Amino acid sequence: MDTMTTPEGTRDERDVILAPPPPVRRIVIDGEPTVVQPPLGNGHAPQAGVGLAAPVRRAEPSSAPKVERMRIEGVSIAYSEKLAVNEVSLPVRQGEVLALIGPSGCGKTTLLRSLNRLVEITPTAIRSGTISLDGEDIDRMEVTALRRRVSMVFQQPNPFPMSVFDNVAYALREQGSGRPRKEALMDQVADALVRAGLWDEVGSTLDHPALRLSGGQQQRLCIARALAARPEVLLLDEPCSALDPRSTQVIEELILKLREEVAVVIVTHNMQQALRIADHVGFMYLGELVEYGPAEQVFGSPREQRTREYVGGAFG
Amino acid sequence: MTKPIDSVSSWPLRDRVAFYAAWAAGIALIVIAGAIVVYMAFRGAQYFDFGLLLESPSSSLNQAQSGGFKDPIIGTALLLVMSTAIAAPLGVVIAVWLTEYGRPTGLARAVESAVEVVAGTPSIVLAMFGLILFQEWFGFLTFDAEGAVLGRSFIAAASMMSLIALPLVVGATREALNSIPGHVREASYALGKTKAATIRRVLLPAARPGIGTGTALGMGRVAGDTAIVVVLLGATLQIQNGADGSVFGLFRGTGSTLTSYVYYNSPAGEGLAPEKAYFAAFVLLLVVIVLNFVVTRIARGKEELWTR
Repeated sequence: MDTMTTPEGTRDERDVILAPPPPVRRIVIDGEPTVVQPPLGNGHAPQAGVGLAAPVRRAEPSSAPKVERMRIEGVSIAYSEKLAVNEVSLPVRQGEVLALIGPSGCGKTTLLRSLNRLVEITPTAIRSGTISLDGEDIDRMEVTALRRRVSMVFQQPNPFPMSVFDNVAYALREQGSGRPRKEALMDQVADALVRAGLWDEVGSTLDHPALRLSGGQQQRLCIARALAARPEVLLLDEPCSALDPRSTQVIEELILKLREEVAVVIVTHNMQQALRIADHVGFMYLGELVEYGPAEQVFGSPREQRTREYVGGAFG
Repeated sequence: MTKPIDSVSSWPLRDRVAFYAAWAAGIALIVIAGAIVVYMAFRGAQYFDFGLLLESPSSSLNQAQSGGFKDPIIGTALLLVMSTAIAAPLGVVIAVWLTEYGRPTGLARAVESAVEVVAGTPSIVLAMFGLILFQEWFGFLTFDAEGAVLGRSFIAAASMMSLIALPLVVGATREALNSIPGHVREASYALGKTKAATIRRVLLPAARPGIGTGTALGMGRVAGDTAIVVVLLGATLQIQNGADGSVFGLFRGTGSTLTSYVYYNSPAGEGLAPEKAYFAAFVLLLVVIVLNFVVTRIARGKEELWTR
């Protein structure tokens, strides 16, 4: 071993002798930027120097009327003694995308999971405050009925080990009653796949196993599955973090289309993504909603110091 | 080609010794396994008589010329089917309860320990326990010879045999269920499904390869067990219907399996027809090898289904 000369070894030795910094690490601060700036789009670009360098929104605001579907009022969630979400109030509107951003562990996923009462699965979780769906307190609703109306897509694509058709039909098949015939569900399944932008790719192979699809296709299948029961609200928990840029782009375009008919709430670590697709952004830090506002304002001219530092990449 | 970084010749002596010992142990095992199969195949071929497979055993002064082992083959098959029919559903239900519910925790611990105790109990002990059980309380499920309850029947043997297979089914099913990431369960709940529906429609289908593996392993153990057969199935080589000749009578009846047939005909038993014992042992070996082959095929079908 000792006598072996690995490429790394040679470079280390040379570095010791000549001691130049590794080329990748060298950052020229005052030099000309070598990256071509994207065009400035729709005039929403905020002044440079604050927040992200020249952020550009890809999405025009939707022309669809904004309807408030859910209202979060004074919601706090604690796991045992640890407070994860602290007194958060937010509206969730159809016709726009609401992005929750913030560093890991800031409570954004917990808040998202409280909207369909999925936090209740964690035995130690306690929630206070009220969440309403179309004016109705979700705590008073049958939990299975609520989750049909507020459906969710997860970080990891997780189709069930069954055919593409059965995955989408899964939410449509009521418990207890006899299984509806395939033909009876076909229209709804096809509709969900069309809305998820997957029909062209899988329409002819609905009986194939869903787990044979690519990662991006699997995630769109999960979106189709969540859309099948025609929910009013779609929750997305970092839906693109396991996907490649191309699949991410496809799903982002899909989300912009979907916001017309469902209220979309997306949790994301990716601030560029929030900037690209969100209409409103909520920045959370240590369980608190630090700042909430239109995406241009939160990214372009954040009111709060902590927001400014986060979107500028200072921490998180 | 560059020189590999790690070559055995550069290792310290004790590592080299251990390395070659590991090789030797592996090769020795192959030789032993090969020797068993080849020897049994040779003996089986030597005494090969297709007729034996189709003939019932019969009594005669010269065992070597009397009858074949049709009944033991049927007995083995029947016992396999019956004990699997008990162990597989029971094991799956226990595994599902342990992984998906498991509350109260104390009860779950107790169930786990019980499974371990059953797994660790020698089959002859299970057999003795079964004998008492079926003589004292469940005599009506056993063969009775003119009113004398012997506590022996296919039902008695199969129910005790199922305890041998049960821990293997529980273990493999639990492992399969544990390998399903939590977010897959949550995805089902998030679509408005209950826990029961999630188990039935998502988790059990996903765990099917594991269930299959455990069941096939358990069947291999059942096919190979002798103690329970000798004690609980009876000393008759022929299948004797326990009642009126119906299927229930068959279940209540006594009989033999390939293992007990080999035992009786071996020099240790009373039959003294070793050539038949060799042939029967070869057939038994084939059965178990086929079961193991099935296990491997099922296990190979297991893919990493989800990312975590």
